[in-house]
Amino acid sequence: MQINPIEENKVSQAADRINHGAHLNLKGVTKRYAGRTVLDAVHLKITPGEFVAVVGRSGCGKSTLLRAIAGLEKPDGGQVKIGGGGQQPEVRIMFQDARLLPWKTVLQNVALGLKDGTARARAALDSVGLLERAGDWPAVLSGGQRQRVALARALVHEPHLLLLDEPLGALDALTRIEMQQLIESLWTARGFTAVLVTHDVQEAVMLADRVLLIEEGRLALDLQIGLARPRVRGDAAFGALEQQVLDRVLQI
Amino acid sequence: MARLTQLPGLLAPWALPVLLVAVWQAAAHAGLLSSRILPEPWAVAMAFRDLAVSGELWTHLRVSLWRALAGFGVGAGLGLLLGLLNGSSRRAATLLDTTLQMIRNIPALALIPLVILWFGIDEAAKLFLLAVGVFFPMYLNTFHGIRSVDAGLIEMARSYGLSGWALFRDVILPGALPSILVGVRFSLGLVWVLLIVAETISAQAGIGYMTMNAREFLQTDVVLVGILLYALLGKAADLAAHGLERHFLRWNPAYR
Repeated sequence: MQINPIEENKVSQAADRINHGAHLNLKGVTKRYAGRTVLDAVHLKITPGEFVAVVGRSGCGKSTLLRAIAGLEKPDGGQVKIGGGGQQPEVRIMFQDARLLPWKTVLQNVALGLKDGTARARAALDSVGLLERAGDWPAVLSGGQRQRVALARALVHEPHLLLLDEPLGALDALTRIEMQQLIESLWTARGFTAVLVTHDVQEAVMLADRVLLIEEGRLALDLQIGLARPRVRGDAAFGALEQQVLDRVLQI
Repeated sequence: MARLTQLPGLLAPWALPVLLVAVWQAAAHAGLLSSRILPEPWAVAMAFRDLAVSGELWTHLRVSLWRALAGFGVGAGLGLLLGLLNGSSRRAATLLDTTLQMIRNIPALALIPLVILWFGIDEAAKLFLLAVGVFFPMYLNTFHGIRSVDAGLIEMARSYGLSGWALFRDVILPGALPSILVGVRFSLGLVWVLLIVAETISAQAGIGYMTMNAREFLQTDVVLVGILLYALLGKAADLAAHGLERHFLRWNPAYR
C-alpha cells in the first residue's frame, strides 16, 4: 500500500494544521428513543485538531452520539456546536459499512457531491493509495479497499471535522492495522479534528489523544493519552493504558 | 483452440429443438402425421418463404410489432411514471395505491367485453388491452424498487449534500433499476400473450389475423408460421430485455 499525503512545505503545513480543525462543543445533548434515554445530557468539548476516541459496550449510545454530532439525529435536548475559522465547517462521516454507490466507479464515488471535482477526487484516491483502481466498480474491491475509498470520499471535502463510526469494525486484523496507520498519517498531515467511535480499546489507545468512555448515555471516563507518536503496540506504557481503559469498560 | 472447446457448450441448448424437428420431419415423412394436423417442417419453411416473398408476412409483422411497441410504450411508460411517483411520495402512494391494487386484481382479459363496447374492435381497443396488461408489472416493480433502495445509501448521499433531482438521479433511480428492469422483462413477456389474444378477437392485419385467417382455410402450415413467429418475437423481446440489463446493471457482478 502506498501512502503519500506528505506535502512539500512543512512550515506552511504546520500553520494549516492549526487552522484546519474545527472545535466541537456539546452542551447537555440528550436523545431518547421510545422513552429510553440513549444520551443523557452529554457535555463535551473537543479542541481543534484533537483526535478523540469514544469507546463503550454495544448499545451504550456511542454511535448515537456520533450521529447527533453529524446531524443525522436530532437531539431531544441540548445543542451541538461545531465551529471553524469563521466559515461553515465541513463535517464528514465514515460509516461502518463503506456505503459506496455500487453503480458508480470508484472515482465517481469519491467525486460524489463535488462540482468539477475529478482532479481533486484523483488526488484523494492517490492519498489512500487506490488511484489505479479509479475506474473499477466497488463490487470488485475488498472490504479494506472499500473503506479506503470511503475515506478518500470524506477527505476530498477537506473536512474540519471527521467522524468515524466504527469504520474498521468489519475488517480483518491486518487490514485494520494498515487502515489505522493510514488514518493517523492523514490526520497528522491535514490536522482535522477527528472523533472515532470504536469498540476496540487498543484501537482507541493507538490513535487517540483522548479516550472517552460512554456508559448508559453518560460520559464515564475522559482519559488523556500522552503517548508519543508513532505508538507501539505492546509497549509497556501503551499496555498499561489499554488495560486501564479495558478494566474501566468491564467494571459494570 | 479455446473456441473449439466452447463449441459444444454453445450448441447444447439447440440440440433438443433440432432433435424434435428431426423427429417431426421423419414422422411426417413416414406418414405418421396427417398434414392437416401437423404439416412437415419443410412445408412450414416453404409457407414461410412464400409469405415472405409475397410481402404478406412483412405487412402482418409490421402491424403486430407496431401494436406491441405502442401498447408497451403507453402501458409501461405510465406504469413507470406512477411507480416512480408513488415510490417517492408517501402522500401520492396513500392516495393512489389502494385504487391501483384493486384494478390490478381484474385480469386484463376479463375487460375484453367492456373494451369492445367502449372502443369497438378498432386499434384503440387493442392498444388499451395491451397497455392495461403491461402497466401493472411495470408499476409494481418500479414501486417496489424505489421503496427498497438502501436507506443507508440515501443517508450517506444526503450527508454529502445530495438532494432533490441529484439524489434521485444518482442514488434512488439506479438503486431501483434492477427491480425496474425485472418489470420491463415481465411486461415484454406479457405484451405478446395479450397481443395474441387481442389479434385473434378481431383484426384486419397482424400475425394473429394471419393465423386465424389461415385456420379458416385449413392452412395448418401458415398457422404454424404464425405460432413460430410469436415464439421468435418473444425470444427477441427477452434478448432485448437481457441486453438492457447487461448494459444498465454492468456494475452488478450478477449481470456480467
